[in-house]
Amino acid sequence: MSTLNRDGAATVPASPEGSSSDPIKAIRLRHPWRVVFAVLLVAGFALFVIDAAFRPAFDWPSVGKYIFDRRISMAALVTLQLTVYSMVIAIILGVILAVMRLSPNPVVKSLAWFYLWIFRGTPVYVQLTLWGLIALIYTTIDIGIPFAEPWVSFSTQAALNTFALAIIGLALNEAAYMAEIVRAGLLSVDKGQEEAAVALGMSWSQTMRRVILPQSMRVIIPPTGNEVISMLKTTSLVTAVPFSLELFTRSRDISAETFNPIPLLIVASIWYLFFTSILMVGQYFLEKRFARGLGDRQPDKKSFGAPTGAITGIVPVVGAGQPTVVVPPKNDAPGNRGQL
Amino acid sequence: MSETTTVPMVLAEQVTKSFGSNEVLKGISLEVKRGEVMCLVGPSGSGKSTFLRCINHLEVLSAGRLSVDGELIGYREANGKLYEMAPKEAAKQRRDIGMVFQRFNLFPHMTALQNVMEAPLRVKGLAKAQVEQTARTLLDRVGLADRADYYPAHLSGGQQQRVAIARALAMEPKLMLFDEPTSALDPELVGEVLDVMKGLAKEGMTMIVVTHEMGFAREVADSLVFMDAGVVVEAGVPSEVLSNPQHKRTQAFLSKVL
Repeated sequence: MSTLNRDGAATVPASPEGSSSDPIKAIRLRHPWRVVFAVLLVAGFALFVIDAAFRPAFDWPSVGKYIFDRRISMAALVTLQLTVYSMVIAIILGVILAVMRLSPNPVVKSLAWFYLWIFRGTPVYVQLTLWGLIALIYTTIDIGIPFAEPWVSFSTQAALNTFALAIIGLALNEAAYMAEIVRAGLLSVDKGQEEAAVALGMSWSQTMRRVILPQSMRVIIPPTGNEVISMLKTTSLVTAVPFSLELFTRSRDISAETFNPIPLLIVASIWYLFFTSILMVGQYFLEKRFARGLGDRQPDKKSFGAPTGAITGIVPVVGAGQPTVVVPPKNDAPGNRGQL
Repeated sequence: MSETTTVPMVLAEQVTKSFGSNEVLKGISLEVKRGEVMCLVGPSGSGKSTFLRCINHLEVLSAGRLSVDGELIGYREANGKLYEMAPKEAAKQRRDIGMVFQRFNLFPHMTALQNVMEAPLRVKGLAKAQVEQTARTLLDRVGLADRADYYPAHLSGGQQQRVAIARALAMEPKLMLFDEPTSALDPELVGEVLDVMKGLAKEGMTMIVVTHEMGFAREVADSLVFMDAGVVVEAGVPSEVLSNPQHKRTQAFLSKVL
């Protein structure tokens, strides 16, 4: 209720100026220190670049010589393979573990928790070393009924080479982190979404695949992008297995022959940077794809976009399920009404 | 034939529901006939929505029996024993019961058209061309033919709720449940949703509507049930209950909302 005056009209403070407002004409505030600071930073950076370009220890001619060396580019490819294979396995395993952690079955839930506890609680370098020694712990892999003569049995050493062990080691460790990311994503979807799907007669797996997972992707993708980039760099640890054909170990091996480690480390860094840059671009497009239908919100952007015709503004409320839509009354024109 | 016409669409017998020690429904018994529109009214926390959710088994009953179209909901009866239904069977029962939510719950990553097409495509497995045609007809019926390719975020609340109604209708339900369909809407958008619901009622759809829109109840409903604290306090023809409530609690409630 607004306060009414004696005449029955609502009291509204009248603005004497009305709408006759001119654009403000004022002397702009100067920021001299901003300029000084920027100049100092640029000068410092330029100094560093010029110095680095002529510093003999960096040995740029060697960097140029090795950047497209066949051994290096093959090693870069192996690093990429390690990243992709272990990430794919980790994501699949992570989804399974996340669903297990949300299971109503306490045994299933505890098992997933136990997995996370082990694999997140120990260093990946230690895990990779242990995977390298797996053949000492389990000498054979047997397939059959427990406590009976196995149907098939083969030696662990022969069945799993260091490449496979490196992937297993990286993937199983990463799965624990992915599980938490996926779980957070699943929990971010409004409960009403599941109810709406179930009320339509959709099964659990349909609800998951068609409704919950696509929406949780918006929450899952940014941290997963981080994980992929992190994984690309973690592959340099598989030397613990020991697997030696990836980028970092390979460049170390080459520099062991040339007694010139610095340019080869730069070569490896350039390759890592090249891959992470590509991954960042890929992430941007993935985020855009899964932001479908969520207002005008775009990844890494704060602007809500210009109003388009009927809609004056869209305020997506994170986690609240339904975005608030503000619509001018004219959108409620009679022609727009439900007619049956 | 004569048997199906006498079986009520919804039959609730002493339906009871507790959340822990909190008894929300304390023995609800009521009957909704085929083609009937029933409005459930009452103060918040009276159990209206919970009862509605029991009808399509979104909530599991604690006691009592509930059947839709002569079929027990959530359980199978054989040799005098009740067997809990597998999720698949329960899902099959829900196909025939449409539900419209207070917060619309449209799938935000799908366009209006995709929202309407989703269940017939995935649940019934119908051919896409046919489903799309039906979906477009339904969107046209709710006055949103020109909004088919809009995402829910680009639609007003009233438009979203009308898409949600079309989505529920796409499964060709024999019963429609409305859980406060206009409570989340700006006042000027309520009318367009109620218009769609009136049209549905006119076509003979069996509907149970939890609502605070007494005008709608008076105009459209065949029966009005007033619930409070988990029990049915008063039920009858809407105009009579609304103009001449017998029970004190009904009088108190209506004096506040009318």
